[in-house]
Amino acid sequence: MGVRTIATRLDSDAKRGLLLVSPTAVYVLLLLAAPLAAVVTFSFWTQDFLTIDRSFTLDNYREAFTDPLYRVLMIRSLVISGIVTVVTVVLAFPIAYFVSFYVPPERKALWIFLITIPFWTSYLLRVFLWKVILGFNGVLNSGLISLGLIDEPITFILYNANAVVITLAHAFAPFTILPIYVALEKIDRSLLEASRDLGENRVTTFFRVTLPLAMPGVIAATLIVFIPTIGDYVTPRLVGGPNGLMIANMIQTQFLKLNNAPMGATLAVLAMCAVTAISLIFVLMNRRYLR
Amino acid sequence: MKGGWLRIYAIGYLVFLYLPVVLLPMFAFNEGTVIAFPLKGFTTEWFVQLAGIEALHGALLNSVFIALVTASLSVIFGICAARASTRFRFPFKGPIMGAIMVPLVLPEIIVAVSLLVVVVQVLDLPLSAWTVIAGHTLICTPFAIAILSSAFQGLDQSLEEAAVDLGETRWGAFKNIILPLVSPGIVASFLICFTISLDEFIIAFFLTGAEPTLPVYIWSQLRFPTKIPAVMALGTLMLVASLIILSVAEYYRRRGVERVGGKDSGGFL
Amino acid sequence: MSIISLKAIEKYYGDYHALKGIDCEIAEGEFFSLLGPSGCGKTTLLRVIAGFEDVSSGTVVIGGQNMAGVPANKRPTNMVFQSYAIFPHLSVAENVGYGLRRARLPRAELAEKVNGALKMVGLEGFGGRASHALSGGQRQRVALARALILEPKVLLLDEPLSALDKKMREQMQTELRRLQRQVGITFILVTHDQEEALIMSDRIAVMFEGEIAQLAAPQELYRRPLTRRVGEFIGVMNFLDARQVDTGISQVRFDVDGLGEVEIKPEQLPKGARSFYSVVGLRPEALSIVYDGSPKSAVPGKVVDLSYYGDMTYYEVQLEGTSSPVTISMKNLTSRPVLERGAETQVTWDAGSLVVFAS
Ligand SMILES: Nc1ncnc2c1ncn2[C@@H]1O[C@H](COP(=O)(O)OP(=O)(O)OP(=O)(O)O)[C@@H](O)[C@H]1O
Ligand SMILES: [Mg+2]
Repeated sequence: MGVRTIATRLDSDAKRGLLLVSPTAVYVLLLLAAPLAAVVTFSFWTQDFLTIDRSFTLDNYREAFTDPLYRVLMIRSLVISGIVTVVTVVLAFPIAYFVSFYVPPERKALWIFLITIPFWTSYLLRVFLWKVILGFNGVLNSGLISLGLIDEPITFILYNANAVVITLAHAFAPFTILPIYVALEKIDRSLLEASRDLGENRVTTFFRVTLPLAMPGVIAATLIVFIPTIGDYVTPRLVGGPNGLMIANMIQTQFLKLNNAPMGATLAVLAMCAVTAISLIFVLMNRRYLR
Repeated sequence: MKGGWLRIYAIGYLVFLYLPVVLLPMFAFNEGTVIAFPLKGFTTEWFVQLAGIEALHGALLNSVFIALVTASLSVIFGICAARASTRFRFPFKGPIMGAIMVPLVLPEIIVAVSLLVVVVQVLDLPLSAWTVIAGHTLICTPFAIAILSSAFQGLDQSLEEAAVDLGETRWGAFKNIILPLVSPGIVASFLICFTISLDEFIIAFFLTGAEPTLPVYIWSQLRFPTKIPAVMALGTLMLVASLIILSVAEYYRRRGVERVGGKDSGGFL
Repeated sequence: MSIISLKAIEKYYGDYHALKGIDCEIAEGEFFSLLGPSGCGKTTLLRVIAGFEDVSSGTVVIGGQNMAGVPANKRPTNMVFQSYAIFPHLSVAENVGYGLRRARLPRAELAEKVNGALKMVGLEGFGGRASHALSGGQRQRVALARALILEPKVLLLDEPLSALDKKMREQMQTELRRLQRQVGITFILVTHDQEEALIMSDRIAVMFEGEIAQLAAPQELYRRPLTRRVGEFIGVMNFLDARQVDTGISQVRFDVDGLGEVEIKPEQLPKGARSFYSVVGLRPEALSIVYDGSPKSAVPGKVVDLSYYGDMTYYEVQLEGTSSPVTISMKNLTSRPVLERGAETQVTWDAGSLVVFAS
């Protein structure tokens, strides 16, 4: 089937639609699809001091899988991202639930606005301020000491994975609350009454009706937190300490410090694959909620 | 009071959310040069200092330029895609729209790295404001599409047909009927994209050239303890600016909802 | 002289055959209705005429001019949309004057025309109103004024009354009819409400599944439906199996289940076909319950159910030799007490109102 026949088979609507979407589609194709392909290509090449050796090789991948440094970073990244995701979503759900079910309708927009404001503070400064809060002489420690609750500054919360989790849970709060809130808002309240009418109590109604119907929002929230977290190198660098560094820091180092683009590309590809795989598994596991 | 425990939890959560935000102006007006408690006296010195930092002004201008261009491009791309997807049926619509929204679910570092590889290694071009714009447009466009789609979706298709029926050309109907009706959505998405671009660091750090953006500049300053009070002052100003911009955006978004006679479902994103 | 002529219109949506060979002439100044069940293609046909849908084949001629390749904005038709499509960001006057913008009239003349149009639809003095502050009936009037101000050759209306409540709908029906007589423009009305079509139209095209099943004036349509399906769709009709017994010069005799032998005139037979008719139709008012006197022919029946409407009573009466009861409508007069359920009665009929179907 030639191009002509396809073109004549498209009606005018289809042609207009394709024409209209094409600037955006071409932009994404040129600036995302092509660059991603380049990254994948690079991951099969190697850096030879200042030049790039363009012969196809799996050396980078071999190295990435055998060198314990990379393996540790990758696993730690996935684990931290996972913990951040769980913590963020679990902390956020009650808030979304509260705003959706207990805040009077005319005040809902205000609550949502209140929740989103902190998000518009400079990201770098928010992370930095967490360092200030959690630090040895930080706000938390000085506060607790002056209250007499502790004698010595507590140290297990800065420069480690805990700090990364706290900071990221804060950074992604609005992103998790909003999708869950939207899903909860969509629930027809008469469904809950129907459930009570059919003999369920509040708690069982929550688990049999509310939660399943809110799942699309929870799933969206989970992905919205999990995926970008893997790619964050600011938080680990500022509050993570040596044991809180993640794979993104290594990618950044490979590209900008060690000038080893192929190795950086390999790690980027691996990180992307890992994230995609986990996300897909997660979505598949929950597909019955998504229909 | 309804939702007793939940309400207490919600207030606690808000405290958690606002902790860093509240500290920002506190340290910005604090006389002490060390960012720690207890606070010293009140001062506006740090704000005054900002006025004298040339590099900061350069970075600010650079960032504003990038944000303006990014927002313009994203809104134009957003209008095209949102209009196409809400008004027309065309083959491969799902996959095409999906591909356009992908940057929303891609770790930013991947976007940064892939553009870096292409620009530096493949094309061998210098990094500049334009490379940052390229990256920012990529991540902002899906946001613009999301906002604009809901604006376009709220429109009754027969409005456009009515205009054509009354003698307008297709373009005339789009210009005189559709655009005015979605203009609040356009303003809102422009402001959102502007704000996202202005604050974006992860991509900018990879793609910025000799002229840093504002967040890249701030990053460079965070290493020097003596510079930090001024950075706090800067952050405070940026927060205020963001809030003003967002309030305007929210105002326009609501007006848009009213205009097409819809029901407000609250909040952004 | 016909203002619109549709010739062999075919319309496909992908594989779906939405319009199947529509042929139809619509006369100038006529109030024409497209009537049919949901999904039969009424809106599609209207949009083909307006130019919003391309035909797959066939021609649309409006005012003697072939419309192939003429876009909607260049056609001498205007439309009143089902949702009214009032531009929410424009005032009432701006909405009404919208189509005159390119005529570049002087300001005063424009205002005068807009006021005239608003007056015509009974919205005098509403010009300055914001359009979202209007009731359903008012929006409908604005939509009418906006279309009529352009003095189209044909006004197309897609279920314009379906969004109104019953009372408002009835009021608008008479008003639309009055307006149409006043301006003398051809109206094409799409509706799925058979009563509305009967009340308002000069002629009605009944559509089923993309085809015109019958095109006739309301009385003709009601009294002489061409097919059983049309008869069923318009009003209520009782169907009885029948066999032709004998054909004479001046009368034809049928043996009808439940009624026995019935004599009708040859004109009552459908044109063309001459034998083996097996179904006849009778409207509820063509049957009646015998209260007094002894009609020439009557059969016994038993009332199995009834619905009392005040002015009328509709009885379900079981006749002998039929599987389901027939519906009979009777005017309620004091001399005719309403029968009880279960009552035994006599049923007679008006042979001249009998409709014979070809299958
Ligand atoms: N754009 C389209 N694409 C595909 N099929 C369509 C389209 N528009 C209409 N159809 C189909 O064509 C058929 C006729 O549609 P149309 O809108 O003309 O019906 P209608 O008679 O106006 O019904 P209703 O009374 O419900 O408005 C329907 O089955 C509909 O599903
Ligand atoms: Mg219709």
